[in-house]
Amino acid sequence: MRNYLNIIIAYSIMMLLIILVGIFQSWSIALTIFNYCMISAVMTLGANIQWGYAGLINFGIMGYTALGGLAVVLVSVAPVPEAWSVGGVNMITCLGIIILMIFSTRYILKNIQKSNKRNYLIAGIIIVGLILIKIIAGPAIEQIEAVDPAKTGFLGGLGLPVLFSWIVGGLFAAGLAFIVGKVALGLRADYLAIATLLIAEIVVSIIKHEDWLARGVKNVIGLKRPAPYEIDLQTSPWFINLVEKFHSAKLDLANSLTERQDVLNQLVIDASSVYVKLCFAGMFLVVVIILLIITQKALYSPWGRMMRAIRDNEEAASAMGKNVVKQHLFIFILGSAIVGIAGAMMVTNDGLFTPGSYRPMRYTFVIWVMVIVGGTGNNFGAILGGFVVWFLWVEAAPIALFFINLFTAHLPETNEIKVHLINSAPYFRFLLVGIGLLLIMRFRPQGIIPEKIIKQ
Amino acid sequence: MDLINAVIVLLNYTIIPALTYGSQLALGAIFVTLIYGILRFANFATGDMMSFGTMFAVLLTYYFQSIGISFGFLPTALLTIPFAIFMMILYMLIIDQTVFKYYRIKKSPPVMLAMVSVGVMFVTQAIIRIIIGPTDRRFLDGEKFILKATEFKEMTGLSEGLTIKSTQMITIVVTIIVVAIMFWFLNKTKTGTSMRAYSDNEELALLSGIDPKKVVLITWIIAGILATIGGILYGLDKSYRPFVYFNNMLPIFAAAIVGGIGNPYGAFFGGYVIAFAEIFLTYAYKRFLVYILPESLEPNSLMQLLSTDYKFAISFSILVIVLIFRPSGIFEGKRI
Repeated sequence: MRNYLNIIIAYSIMMLLIILVGIFQSWSIALTIFNYCMISAVMTLGANIQWGYAGLINFGIMGYTALGGLAVVLVSVAPVPEAWSVGGVNMITCLGIIILMIFSTRYILKNIQKSNKRNYLIAGIIIVGLILIKIIAGPAIEQIEAVDPAKTGFLGGLGLPVLFSWIVGGLFAAGLAFIVGKVALGLRADYLAIATLLIAEIVVSIIKHEDWLARGVKNVIGLKRPAPYEIDLQTSPWFINLVEKFHSAKLDLANSLTERQDVLNQLVIDASSVYVKLCFAGMFLVVVIILLIITQKALYSPWGRMMRAIRDNEEAASAMGKNVVKQHLFIFILGSAIVGIAGAMMVTNDGLFTPGSYRPMRYTFVIWVMVIVGGTGNNFGAILGGFVVWFLWVEAAPIALFFINLFTAHLPETNEIKVHLINSAPYFRFLLVGIGLLLIMRFRPQGIIPEKIIKQ
Repeated sequence: MDLINAVIVLLNYTIIPALTYGSQLALGAIFVTLIYGILRFANFATGDMMSFGTMFAVLLTYYFQSIGISFGFLPTALLTIPFAIFMMILYMLIIDQTVFKYYRIKKSPPVMLAMVSVGVMFVTQAIIRIIIGPTDRRFLDGEKFILKATEFKEMTGLSEGLTIKSTQMITIVVTIIVVAIMFWFLNKTKTGTSMRAYSDNEELALLSGIDPKKVVLITWIIAGILATIGGILYGLDKSYRPFVYFNNMLPIFAAAIVGGIGNPYGAFFGGYVIAFAEIFLTYAYKRFLVYILPESLEPNSLMQLLSTDYKFAISFSILVIVLIFRPSGIFEGKRI
């Protein structure tokens, strides 16, 4: 119990902060923050597996998040039959060509010895393949994008339930991680960071500019939801009854029947948004708990011990007969898959897919700050990091505004410095997060909740 | 005549812009490479440090304009360069003393320093946005063009015009001067040699009596000069926007690694490799081909290899290819 005391205290403080937001701002905001904290926590769990367990630095979190989001679109959106009929065959042919290219390259790599001839053959296959794809896909893409461009203009998805896409998001991310891992994992740590970051940028730019795939920067809105819609709740009697029961004291204060109805309507609208967010919170909580149990079990299993051994001394682990390259690749895929799930969860929560919003600042560096601040190598720490940093990221502006007002209270309202500072309040979040990271790295490099090795 | 027209088209739309962009990248890449070679970490605050220096140039340009100082037909921003460099170096030294020095003395692994530089990146971004805001700013004044398309057409009688913007000329000239002085300094002076020695083998350099404090100080000073000038040139040519500068970090990294990180010559060359690849692969060759091909073969489409949306993706793909086949860069850099 003593071992877990600091964890319990840290989590209680965090929950208290969120409840305070609920009391002072609104419960809807508090729940939004809570949901995003949970999504961040899943991302940090993924990053923590890579960095904390194995010491692999992955700055490509943005790319996996975006792929997870793409999965939601491809799985849950209803297919667009017109688009499929004008360009479906060509696109599938292109997919076939890509698969053919991959397999023929593999065949050549296996069966022809390393020589210039092999390199030329592979280069030839890639160039011919790309030209073929350009010829076949070019007109098809134009036609697909011409199908009702204001609403669709893309192939659409499979029309399956949206929850299914969370798994698919994980699989997509795992697939990308496999390729990235094969290419980049041999590099030294800081090179790996740069390489993964740049590959993620490539992925995002493809998602952004291939409109036939997911409408690119035109965004996909109105995605399916695994939770009820506010508008349905507001008209369903059981929900109104529930709200009535909940707020009966407040409603009894009303003087007339019409006033009572007005108050009730407002309460129902508020309650419906809270209810939807609670549904999401419940689902996210289930995911976080499942992942936490799995990762905890893995961390203290023989496999977890092996990973730590590899992290702490690669040569020694290799000498003991552990296949370092294979394990690195495996854990890289595993961590990325979890990040992919988080990406799918986030898009489901928002109900819209906006490829333009995937930027390295928000989806790579902030997540890394979470991992470092929370505690590398400790899953409870990683989740806490997700909560703390996201909370600061969101609440930094109000906090900054409060302090600016406090320190400039003696200045007149029109004072230029005061106005300028108040206008730049949103940017204090960068300052807060940056200084937080620097302080933690300097004075508590192991994070808020440090890694704990149980001696057996 | 058609051939000359074709060459002019290429010159106008690809070669001159690529040389300009390449020069801007090259300055940034040398900055990255110097920090990597001597202080031994990948500096993720690169873009924001360039932005920080440029911010002072922008503010001072506005100030100079308001009190009526100008630089004739050249942009006023060139006058502000010394002041901006001074502020930049001051900021870098403060950051080095308060943040990086601790880890350097402790001999932390490079990853640790890279993570710390992420923290510096956040703080620098915050300071920039609080001081100047995130909006797009133009601070170019003076003569805009050296050679206008219409003038060129009248002069030569060709049907294609050649435009040279003054910023393009300034960028190329300033880059050549700065880089020439820097290479002279690194190769010919005693301090430069000691810096290279320190970069090659730290222990041996310390044994032969090289003062590490001095090497670090000089490195930050050179880095400050390169970062500020690179940033100002980019801002003059395009415009100044903090977010764009942060994003520019990525092609700059690509240039530094492609050239062989830790090797200033490689970084200089890498900047141009990236710039030329980006522009040549996204240029629509239709106009060029119309001049050189016989009429029967004239292309209908734009003859563009990749859409301009993929500009950034190209430089990153080049990097990935280089990393797979020649991880130490085109010129031999440090071993990975």
